[in-house]
Amino acid sequence: MNPIINELEKQYLDKELPDLNPGDTVKVFVRIIEGNKERTQAFEGTIIKKRGGGINKTITVRKIFQGIGVERVFAVYSPRVEKIAILKRGDVRRAKLYYLRELSGKATRIKEKIEKRG
Amino acid sequence: MTLGVIGKKLGMTQVFDEQGLAIPVTVIKVDNIVVTQVKTVEKDGYNAIQVGTVPAKEKHLTKAQIGHLKKNQLENFRHLQEFRIDNPQDYKVGQSIEVSILENIEKVDVVGTSIGKGFQGTVKRWNFSRGPMGHGSKNHRAPGSIGAGTTPGRVIKGKKMAGNMGNERVTVTKLKLVKVDSENSLILIKGAVPGPEGKLVTIKPSRIKWN
Repeated sequence: MNPIINELEKQYLDKELPDLNPGDTVKVFVRIIEGNKERTQAFEGTIIKKRGGGINKTITVRKIFQGIGVERVFAVYSPRVEKIAILKRGDVRRAKLYYLRELSGKATRIKEKIEKRG
Repeated sequence: MTLGVIGKKLGMTQVFDEQGLAIPVTVIKVDNIVVTQVKTVEKDGYNAIQVGTVPAKEKHLTKAQIGHLKKNQLENFRHLQEFRIDNPQDYKVGQSIEVSILENIEKVDVVGTSIGKGFQGTVKRWNFSRGPMGHGSKNHRAPGSIGAGTTPGRVIKGKKMAGNMGNERVTVTKLKLVKVDSENSLILIKGAVPGPEGKLVTIKPSRIKWN
């Protein structure tokens, strides 16, 4: 990409983000403006997809809410995303976990990734 | 009848506004723009200024172009363009034009040369319908009939047929100006503008009234 555009994007990439990978269980804190009040809302779920690079990077987080699957796409460098906390690392063999959409209950569990020592 | 700027289309990206919404933008870099000639009604029959941009080597210009620029001790420019304006007497030859003339402007019109597509058929060029691909059909992307028989005995002018597509002058109006960065001579315009990356585009304050 053009170096001038890279330079332009850099001023928006000021956020420290953890490594985000498909299969990880995350809690995304989003700023919400209601009238003139601002509050933070958390969305907890599994990353089933990540796409884009730099300022264009987004993640799709899926969770089951009241028996219904809910997916939200977050532009991770948006000022509306306050922070992202990793709750659990998942051990998965795919980049896109679309197969979770067909599964429910116990089958949607993802094996936890155990870091190798040394 | 307004002055605009000429810049190079660098490409597209996105920026976040104060609400945190992502806005798709085209980034345009404006090089050094210098007034190369002032035209007035008395002398030339119309009011305009001619500007030059993109420095060039002398070997890339014709003798006529070099002579025209040397007359006023200007550097060599690859691109010369006129802007019709009402007050040419306010400008002097050699004066440079800055991006800041677009500050405080909400919407702009952008003129560029669209991406060349080469020789294209009627389906791509004019959105004709395609024929069936199977069931014994041999009419896949053919243009069909191009007119009646003996009367009129000719193909009417302007009939949509295959030919060269793209690589023509295109104006896009009422594009929102997101940011003017005078320090780096950058312009951010919401949405796409005509032409491939690296080509010159002209940006003028929008001449269309909007609500």
